[in-house]
Amino acid sequence: MSTPPIPAAVAIAGVKKQYGKTVALKGIDLEVRRGEFFGLLGPNGAGKSTLINIIAGLVRASAGRIAVLGHDVERNFRAARKSLGVVPQELVFDPFFNVIDMLRLQAGYYGAGKAAWPWIDQLIERLELTEKRNAMMRTLSGGQKRRVLIAQALVHKPPVVILDEPTAGVDVELRRTLWQFTRELHARGHTIILTTHYLEEAEDLCERVAIIDQGMLRVVEGTKQLLGRHPFRFLKLKLNGAGLPESLKPLVVSETGGEVELKLERKHPVGEVLETLRAHGARIDDVHTREPTLEDVFVELTRHAHR
Amino acid sequence: MPIVDVNAEGLRAFTLKEVKRFWSVLGQTVTAPVMTALLYLLVFGQVMQGRVEVYPGVGYTQFLIPGLIMMSVIQNSFANSSSSLTQAKIMGNLVFVLMAPLASWELFVAWLGASLLRAGLVALVLYCATWPFVHLPIHSFLQLLGMFLLASGSLAVIGVIAGILASKFDHLASFQNFLILPASFLSGVFYSIHSLPEFWQRVSHFNPFFYMIDGFRHGFLGVGDAPVWLCFAWTGGFFAVLSAICLWMLSTGYKLRP
Repeated sequence: MSTPPIPAAVAIAGVKKQYGKTVALKGIDLEVRRGEFFGLLGPNGAGKSTLINIIAGLVRASAGRIAVLGHDVERNFRAARKSLGVVPQELVFDPFFNVIDMLRLQAGYYGAGKAAWPWIDQLIERLELTEKRNAMMRTLSGGQKRRVLIAQALVHKPPVVILDEPTAGVDVELRRTLWQFTRELHARGHTIILTTHYLEEAEDLCERVAIIDQGMLRVVEGTKQLLGRHPFRFLKLKLNGAGLPESLKPLVVSETGGEVELKLERKHPVGEVLETLRAHGARIDDVHTREPTLEDVFVELTRHAHR
Repeated sequence: MPIVDVNAEGLRAFTLKEVKRFWSVLGQTVTAPVMTALLYLLVFGQVMQGRVEVYPGVGYTQFLIPGLIMMSVIQNSFANSSSSLTQAKIMGNLVFVLMAPLASWELFVAWLGASLLRAGLVALVLYCATWPFVHLPIHSFLQLLGMFLLASGSLAVIGVIAGILASKFDHLASFQNFLILPASFLSGVFYSIHSLPEFWQRVSHFNPFFYMIDGFRHGFLGVGDAPVWLCFAWTGGFFAVLSAICLWMLSTGYKLRP
């Protein structure tokens, strides 16, 4: 007998979702490995939230299967849900309760009674909610509510944590605290799945990313590999005198404050561009190149859909 | 593997949460309905006492109080589960429960349990509050308890179903104003159906609310409009059918897990 392979943190196979005639997911196959810091990216309405909701059991897939640590989210929903903590995108809260009662009840739902109380106290302290421990949920600020949501998702110490746009509408200070905390969780062995609109955050944090667009998976790859594979780089120029020659105009991606940015294929030498400019009579005041960011790759992969 | 798959701690926590919810606003959830019922008693009891003798040897106030208690049970059982669920849905915090490892029948039991407790509390306070006005005999405590559980349970389940269907508070208000309120009012709280025209008497025999009120009153007075067994059969059947529908909705995720 062979030993069964270690199940993925989240295994998604052939997942489709249709609402009436609207197709939200057109068949997603994806595996998030254990211990990964994984980014799930995509424009608004791409189907990210639908996918997360199916993993969390809030929405039923029209077809396909999802397992969390090998537990099917429908047939073995108890084990699947105990393995999972989801920080929802909206600032939802129960107005009838204060912070500590809400967290203790939440731990109870997961079968952890008083045993979870010391851990809850730690979470409160770590998320800087000590002063708000006995405050009613409705009296909290947006940032405080967000932190309670994170604590709520972690009361049962789930091995897999999903953060759906955790930094939307959050100030810089809290954003930093959140990322530090998330990194700590990851370092302690939690698998983290993150969706965010701030692609530089995803680039910093995520080992691998998936890009979803129009209900389909466009790419799943290591963040570094994805950036390295990108066949472009960018050249920013400040010009004087004659403008750009016609031959270079198709390469322009942006033009702001007298600066123009060109997108060059890697095989296209920068020297050649500069030569063309000089020959055209343009004076170059400033020049620098930059490597593509995740945002560039993202735009590249999803833009055709929005033209 | 245990024989019955149950998340006992989860069920306990969620039931506790549902109880705490109405407990934190006891003024609205218990005191207010008791006040309303007492006002009815004051007005109708005062006007009608001595004029009508519904059953031989039973004063009108004695006749009225069991009906008022059951009417409050009906309204509050419905109000508790329906408003809790609708509120959680609209506020969005229902996701905490839907993402938790709780089975659909466990959600059902918790909603039911909290409604029973609130209605039981209203009934008990009402019974004690009417004590100074009139002495009510207790013909059969078991019958009272049984009818209370089935009636309150049925309305709690209707409340869950209404909560699942409603997408705003307006829907819930319609449910309450056009169904629950008339049904609880027009089912023999204030009169015996024998005083109705024959057509409406016959209609009453297909009204489950009539059996709840009549059966409950029988538990106090030992007399009623319909045989006790028929009251239990109707109310029990009503509860069973509603529970089946509600459990089906919850287990398929109807509207709650699109």
